[in-house]
Amino acid sequence: MTSEATVLNSHHSDQVKADQLKTARQARYSPGQSAHKFSLYLYPLVALALLLLVNVLLDPQFFSLQWQEGRLYGPLIDILNRSAPVALLAIGMSLVIATGGIDLSVGAVMAICGAVCANLLLLGDWSIPAVIGLAVLTGLACGLVNGVMVSYLGIQPIVATLVLMVAGRGVAQLLNQGQIVTFQNPDFAALGSGSFLGLPVPVWLVLLSLLIMQLLLRRTALGLFIEAVGCNAKASRYLGIDDKGIKLSVYLLTGCCAALAGIVATADIQGSDANNAGLWLELDAILAVVIGGAALTGGRFSLPRAVIGVLIIQALSTTIVVSGLPAKFNLLIKALVILLVLMLQSELFRNQLKAVFSFGKAHGGKA
Amino acid sequence: MSEQINNAAKLVLQLRQINKNFPGVKALQQAQLSLYAGEVHALLGENGAGKSTLVKVMTGVLQKDSGELLLDATALSFATPKDAQQAGISTVYQEVNLLPNLSVAHNLFLGSEPKRFGLINKKAMANQARQLLSTFGLDIDVTAPLSEFSVAVQQLVAIARGIAPKRGAACTKVLVLDEPTASLDADEVQNLFQVLRQLKQQGVAIVFITHFLDQVYQISDRITVMRNGCFVGEYQTASLNKAELIAAMLGKELCQQRHQTPCLVVEQSESILTARQLSSGQSVQQLDLDLPAGQAVGLAGLLGSGRTEICRLLFGLDQADGGTLSFAGKPIKLSSPAQAIALGIALCPEDRKSQGMIAPLSIRENISLALQAKQGWWRVISKKKQQQLADFYIEKLQIATPDADKAIGQLSGGNQQKVILARWLAVEPQLLLLDEPTRGIDIGAHAEILQLIRQLCQQGMSLLVTSSELEELTAFSSKIVVMRDRKKVAELRGEDLNPDRIMAAIAGASV
Repeated sequence: MTSEATVLNSHHSDQVKADQLKTARQARYSPGQSAHKFSLYLYPLVALALLLLVNVLLDPQFFSLQWQEGRLYGPLIDILNRSAPVALLAIGMSLVIATGGIDLSVGAVMAICGAVCANLLLLGDWSIPAVIGLAVLTGLACGLVNGVMVSYLGIQPIVATLVLMVAGRGVAQLLNQGQIVTFQNPDFAALGSGSFLGLPVPVWLVLLSLLIMQLLLRRTALGLFIEAVGCNAKASRYLGIDDKGIKLSVYLLTGCCAALAGIVATADIQGSDANNAGLWLELDAILAVVIGGAALTGGRFSLPRAVIGVLIIQALSTTIVVSGLPAKFNLLIKALVILLVLMLQSELFRNQLKAVFSFGKAHGGKA
Repeated sequence: MSEQINNAAKLVLQLRQINKNFPGVKALQQAQLSLYAGEVHALLGENGAGKSTLVKVMTGVLQKDSGELLLDATALSFATPKDAQQAGISTVYQEVNLLPNLSVAHNLFLGSEPKRFGLINKKAMANQARQLLSTFGLDIDVTAPLSEFSVAVQQLVAIARGIAPKRGAACTKVLVLDEPTASLDADEVQNLFQVLRQLKQQGVAIVFITHFLDQVYQISDRITVMRNGCFVGEYQTASLNKAELIAAMLGKELCQQRHQTPCLVVEQSESILTARQLSSGQSVQQLDLDLPAGQAVGLAGLLGSGRTEICRLLFGLDQADGGTLSFAGKPIKLSSPAQAIALGIALCPEDRKSQGMIAPLSIRENISLALQAKQGWWRVISKKKQQQLADFYIEKLQIATPDADKAIGQLSGGNQQKVILARWLAVEPQLLLLDEPTRGIDIGAHAEILQLIRQLCQQGMSLLVTSSELEELTAFSSKIVVMRDRKKVAELRGEDLNPDRIMAAIAGASV
């Protein structure tokens, strides 16, 4: 077969062809490819580094770490710890966005799962693993509702999840009967404020979730299928991928992540506040995914980059506090810095920036 | 006529010594093109020959690295497509780039709508649209959304848009048509040619890119041939015969290969797939079909005759609502492509762009995806194995790419098609359905795909191939099923396997 094909193609010079193939093999893991990957990480990391630098200029103690009572303390640890709920949300959100969808309900799902935890703990006869298990099941159920609406009923993701975003908080309020439900359970509270091997438990939870999800997505073909469906759902169906099933599964995973975030938030304050738990966090999660370089139209995703995005957002909030500016400036500054980060990521903008600088140089030289 | 053009007509556009490099690829090397007013100039070459790149340089989509572009003897360079349009160079691209949700009239005049008191004058716009389309022999409701019309009509609208007057722009001096006839039937092609002749009279220079050589001889005055990014030659159409043209395009006489008679030893073999009275709504009606194992069966018929619908039905994309289907001796019911693939049936779909390739993903991923989907998501094909698979098929099918990590969307049409074929060959199906596998690809890749079809048969694979090119069907088919109006009207074998007989069956003259 190959020989005939070669005869057919001898109008390409065989030598040239052989050379091309050789180059192709050498270039398999070519610098071009890895350089591209590197630059995807570069700009979010540069932004994060700059933010930390500003912090250290404002507060020389910023990088200091103290070891007290078997755990590390310091501003950096604070940033990691406070990032945890949004980081968990962003991991799930990355997948939904990779399929070209969006999940606005994760904040509300956090509230529901938090309410489930608080009420079960208040009843008192549930073990902690059972409470966690039921909260995760609740998150999965929410994901199932979203997923079925999006993939099997064909409702647009933003509308479908908007339903649960509104209704979910109502469900949480009903569960709490309009009250803030508090509980006394040091073991459960440790999930939010405890520490393990010197680091806060929520940070470990994020690392563990990231590791498990990374293994689940990249050591199986699930991640590739998610990207394929996000790029072209129709073609994916034509090649035998269950595109609806994939879409359903990402909403399930996101529900699960939201449940974990809800558990952390509830454990942290030792209570469930249906009105405020996870409020607006879905927007931070979406923003983090975008800062991580994902396109809202679907396609490639990267969980580590989304987590870097979360750290940028959290570091920024910390910077604003450290800077001592009046709190009323917070939101505006946050928006401006994030706009800057997003523009830095745009190749078009970077090229324009380069052009402006080289123009300035050329003219400066002449003068 | 052509002589006159050279002597009397004015040189409108000249491209000289154009160079354009992409990372790792010299897309254009010393390419050139000269266009005279009032000529149809065919720009020919294989896929990847650099035609599209040259056109993109000419229309401001890409910037040349070096070289000269002279419009009416003035050196210009276009920074954006809009610049080129303002200067009078209009382009109609291969894929229809219109807005399906807007009306036909709005599509025609988008960005330069006739206005009254600063608002769009819909009535005037509709009138102008009707007038413009009437020159194409097209009488349609211009206020209806474009999506309600067939691809052929959309294609004509795209061309009409190319020549529609635009605000603030010079009148069209150069019209570039990239594969304008790919989705048109014979009558529509003639309509289009009529329009082109009118435009010629008005002094417009037309660049005509196509893979249909017959059309080149019908309409063009002169021909420029490119190969591997280089200029090969400029010819008067009248003084260049088809064999010489193909030789120029391919760099060797490949035409013999193309028109080779079937080399199959046709013997009675068992059916791999049998359909009896198979129906699916209005799209397929009471189909009896036997696909013999290890042979290629051709499926002929006009657009809309039910060819594509049969492929969809046999691949589980549509569900049958009557009749029986059996595969490899067992009765089956198909409800999804995944199920068909599990049984050993694969489909290389008609519309490569929307149904076939996953454009942003790499060649490696595109090739291994179907196999991966068949294995299930939990049994991952390692990156190393994917790479081996991709390298194997890149070599075997002669896919022109620097490496397997290149996104499939960046390849030329023929190479994209080869990647999609590779995807299905990797699954090793028993029955491969090919829906228009050679549409919109160059002759080199065309011949290779025909050759591949024969080889696959020899290796025992069964194929069902639909094509609008009858000659192509006769080159590999052991029998040809002819469809008309959703029904099978003939099965041709042996002596009857020639384009004339198929044509007669399609037309309904004799069976």
